[in-house]
Amino acid sequence: MEIRPILSSLSRHKITAWLVIIEIALTCAIVCNAVFLISQRVDRMNMVSGIAEHELVEIQLANLGVRPDAKARTQEDLAALRKIPGVTQVSLANQMPFSDSETNNSIKLDPTQKLPSLSAALYWGENLAQTFGTQLVVGRNLREDDYRDLDAVNKAAAGGDPNDKALPRVLVITQAVADKLWPGKNPLGRFIYFGKTPETVVGVVAHLVRPASFSQGAEFSLLVPIRPVVGDGSSYLIRTAPQERQRVLKAALAALKALDPRRVVIEKRTWDDVRSEFFQNDRAMTGLLVGVCVALLVVTALGIVGLGSFWVAQRRRTIGVRRALGATRGNILHYFQTENFLLATIGIVIGMVLAYAINLFLMLHYELPRLPVIYFPVGAVLLWSIGQLAVLGPALRAAAVPPVVATRSV
Amino acid sequence: MFGYYLELALRSLKRSPGLTVLMVLAIGFGVAASMTTYAVFRGVSGDPIPWKSSRLFVPRIDMWGPSDSGHVGEPPDALDYTDAMALMRDHRAKLQSAIYLIAPSVIPSGAGRSPIPVDGYAVYGEFFPMLDVPFLYGSGWSADDDAHQAAVAVIGDKLNQQVFGGGNSVGKTIDIEGKDYRVIGVLADWNPQPIFYDVLDTGGYGGGDGPGVFVPFQRAVAVNMSNSGVNLCRVEPTESGFVGLQHSNCIWIAYMAELDGAGAVQSYRQYLDDYAREQRTAGRFSWSPNNRLFDVPAYLEHEHVVPSDTKVSLLVALGLLIVCLVNTVGLLLAKFLRRSGEIGVRRALGASRRAIYAQFLTEAGMIGAGGGVLGLLLTGLGVLGVGVVLPARLAHLARIDPSLLMLTVLVAVVATLLAGIYPTFRASRVQPAWQLKTN
Repeated sequence: MEIRPILSSLSRHKITAWLVIIEIALTCAIVCNAVFLISQRVDRMNMVSGIAEHELVEIQLANLGVRPDAKARTQEDLAALRKIPGVTQVSLANQMPFSDSETNNSIKLDPTQKLPSLSAALYWGENLAQTFGTQLVVGRNLREDDYRDLDAVNKAAAGGDPNDKALPRVLVITQAVADKLWPGKNPLGRFIYFGKTPETVVGVVAHLVRPASFSQGAEFSLLVPIRPVVGDGSSYLIRTAPQERQRVLKAALAALKALDPRRVVIEKRTWDDVRSEFFQNDRAMTGLLVGVCVALLVVTALGIVGLGSFWVAQRRRTIGVRRALGATRGNILHYFQTENFLLATIGIVIGMVLAYAINLFLMLHYELPRLPVIYFPVGAVLLWSIGQLAVLGPALRAAAVPPVVATRSV
Repeated sequence: MFGYYLELALRSLKRSPGLTVLMVLAIGFGVAASMTTYAVFRGVSGDPIPWKSSRLFVPRIDMWGPSDSGHVGEPPDALDYTDAMALMRDHRAKLQSAIYLIAPSVIPSGAGRSPIPVDGYAVYGEFFPMLDVPFLYGSGWSADDDAHQAAVAVIGDKLNQQVFGGGNSVGKTIDIEGKDYRVIGVLADWNPQPIFYDVLDTGGYGGGDGPGVFVPFQRAVAVNMSNSGVNLCRVEPTESGFVGLQHSNCIWIAYMAELDGAGAVQSYRQYLDDYAREQRTAGRFSWSPNNRLFDVPAYLEHEHVVPSDTKVSLLVALGLLIVCLVNTVGLLLAKFLRRSGEIGVRRALGASRRAIYAQFLTEAGMIGAGGGVLGLLLTGLGVLGVGVVLPARLAHLARIDPSLLMLTVLVAVVATLLAGIYPTFRASRVQPAWQLKTN
């Protein structure tokens, strides 16, 4: 296909040609970045939690003031929940993955160290690992005799004696923490310090995501042997078979109400709901961006159809002359297709530069990572195809112009 | 003449309905997408207290000092108990209040009624006049009540409905966490967004009906009504529980002060620095003063209250609008130049360039108006529909009001007129003689 006649004809319609180019460039730049934003969201929404999500239900009760009998009540509640048929594991957890508030602690490998090694989320609750269903990679889970009561731990921590028996002495870490602290080495038996008390690593779990602050290391989580009491944001977690969840949730609420009808339930939901609520914003943003991308591509395609039709109408006579001089329908068709391909290519090149610039701007202001290179070829192919599809209609109409038009006066 | 141009435009638009619909659709969609995201943006980034926001200030004191690495950063995001109490005691602003989030249970009288969990705040009496909090009945409490830790409470209208069945409940007794309080005021509907007086705990937005109960700060501390909001600690408290929190330098108290005039602001800054120096002399701080004093807009900006999602989606929607406009320029150009013959005849018959401008801009304006009407419908749908995709706490902030509707139509018409300028210019340059000859 000879390109020169196309270029010379385009140079007579500079503005219209540039309009098509600008439209394609803008669409390309925006769509590339929007799709990138979408993929970021999708990655976030598909984040691995490391727990048996489809088998868990959560019940959170309100904190009705400070009660001296909280410990006894908690044990009573746990026993009642355990008795419900179909329940396999029960735990009271201080916090859980995918919730907005988070208890973190910075840890050191040596109490004299100046800066902490990392900040990790602390999970505690008797039988918690078994209820979460975390997968043990090496070592052991926490045992009953490892556990200490929360109030005793607080008192001992305030007392300042690092050898106080009331302080927990062992903990379980995630693989991510092990890899960060001791890359390539066996973490079992090594020490972690919160304050001055050494805590021995006794086990490593494959995955356990932290509640919310994923940017500081999504799986920097620790399981520590502390028994919480009901209230203060802690939740009952109940593990059961997926199809039993609704029934168990109802039975659990009834059992808790039977123990004390005056208590207030703040949350009662399956873990699927927890995930879906936590990522609601991301889903909304994804929906919005997908909508805008589709709208952009449709508008651009329609614009190409509109301008293409205009060009064809304007050049009817010239097309007739070409046909009369021996050009085939195929020649005419290819002429318009090549023309569109040229415009699209220029648009795409400009669009890529623009996409990169927008990405730099977003990186600067909204802490986004760099646009992966793969977006450029994919974006280009997408826009080329849309351009070709859009121009097909007008180009076919152009090809259908009969040669006799050349001799007819308008 | 305008009527004639309108008629001409209508005829021309009818002649190529496909193209017309295309342009109206493009403008309608572009404008609606921008306006819907703008409505959300406006909702979340609005000034919660526009008449007073420049006179309300949030002080920040660096009680943690430079980090272990020696880096001097921003002071912590709230105050600890010691500093908050010192500022209250010194009372240097016109009005001021320390604030912390409480979540007590209210126990309704009458057998068999469950306790109601409520969110609320422990504040000083000056909180209410300072933030112009509207009362349905009664009022806030006095400085005297603060000093005497009086058992008084201001309740929200919803709690008033739940506990007392509505009406003027001033003087009635309410059971909060097992203790009796005298209701001294009932709030009218009050839930400004962003929640500028407590960004730390709420992130700026909260759905629902706003705070349900207020009790005097010193009273809440005295009865051990613990902080239910965020507390951040550099060093773990050495005592446990709420008392431990008060004795620690963990931060958990929001603070707001009203300062009228630049002089007052200047002297308050001076006061904060003097205070920090005093603390240094006393040996509590070992660093030079590192304080901030933000007014409300600056504070909301500093805390990044407007979600970055909202800004990004506004940018994306604006991008869509621009593409739609470029599209419209192209289509208008196609449409106008196709009528070169008609223009030639009009020019030959004596129409001036200005007349051609008027005619074609009228036509562009009509398309804009069409796009505006479609945009109105779609914006309406969009704003109603944001609730489906956005979380309720943000979605309810997006509202349709006359100014938004006017803006929608205005944006559509102005944008289309802008898009029409170049095509019209080209149309007005058509050479009459050339056109007449070729025809």
